[in-house]
Amino acid sequence: MSEKEILTRLKKIVEPYVQSLEGLQNFKEETDFLNDLQINSANLVDVILDVEDEFNIEIDNDSMEGMLTVGDAKAIIQRKLPQG
Amino acid sequence: MQELLEQLPYSRPFLFVDEILQVSDNNIEGIYTFSPDLFFYKGHFKENPVTPGVIITECMAQIGLVCLGIYLSNKQSSLRSEAKIAMTSTDIEFLKPVFPGEKVRVCSEKQYFRFNKLKCKVEMYNCENIIVAKGTIAGMIIKDNSRI
Repeated sequence: MSEKEILTRLKKIVEPYVQSLEGLQNFKEETDFLNDLQINSANLVDVILDVEDEFNIEIDNDSMEGMLTVGDAKAIIQRKLPQG
Repeated sequence: MQELLEQLPYSRPFLFVDEILQVSDNNIEGIYTFSPDLFFYKGHFKENPVTPGVIITECMAQIGLVCLGIYLSNKQSSLRSEAKIAMTSTDIEFLKPVFPGEKVRVCSEKQYFRFNKLKCKVEMYNCENIIVAKGTIAGMIIKDNSRI
C-alpha cells in the first residue's frame, strides 16, 4: 500500500472525530491528533480501533502511546501491514 | 459486589446505585429505587414529578459504566485503587417515563475495554420488566487528574 493511500484512508477515519477543521485542511504527517485536530483521548481510542479494522492490523498499548501524529500512525501501520 | 459500591466516588443525593446483582468481565446488572424524596422531583416537573433523562442516564452510567469499570480496573494491577472514570459519550433513547418510587434494573454489556476506554451497551428496565431506556455509554479510566 502506498504512503499516499495510507494517508488518504487515515484522513477519512479521523474526519468524524476532528474538532478543528483548520487542522483537517492542513492534514499532513506532522499533524498532531490532540493539538492540531483537537481529538480527545477517548476519541483517539476510537480512531485506533477504526485503524485496526480498516487495515486489518492489531495495535498494542506501546504502539498506541507512540501514536501522537499522523506520521507516527502511518509508520505504525506500515510496520504492521504484511510486506509485499 | 459490596466492595464495588464502597469504591464508588458518589454520595447522596447523587448516588444512583442500590445493589449490584451480578458482575462479570463482560456484563453487569444492578438495581436502584428512585425515592419520591429525591431533590429533582420538586422541579421536574412542577406538580408533575417525572425522573429527568439526565438522571436516568446517570443511573445507567453509574451501574453500567462506572461499577463495571471499577470491577475491570480492580483486575489490572496498574489501575487498581487509582480508578477514576470520566464519562466521555452517551447516546441514550428514553422509551418510557420513570416515576417517583419506581425500582429499575440496569443491564450493561461491554462492547470493548481497550486503551483504558470502556464502552458499553446499556439498558434500563422497570419493575414490570419493560425496557424504559437503552443506548451506549463510554468513559475513560484515568490514573490521575490528567486531561481527558
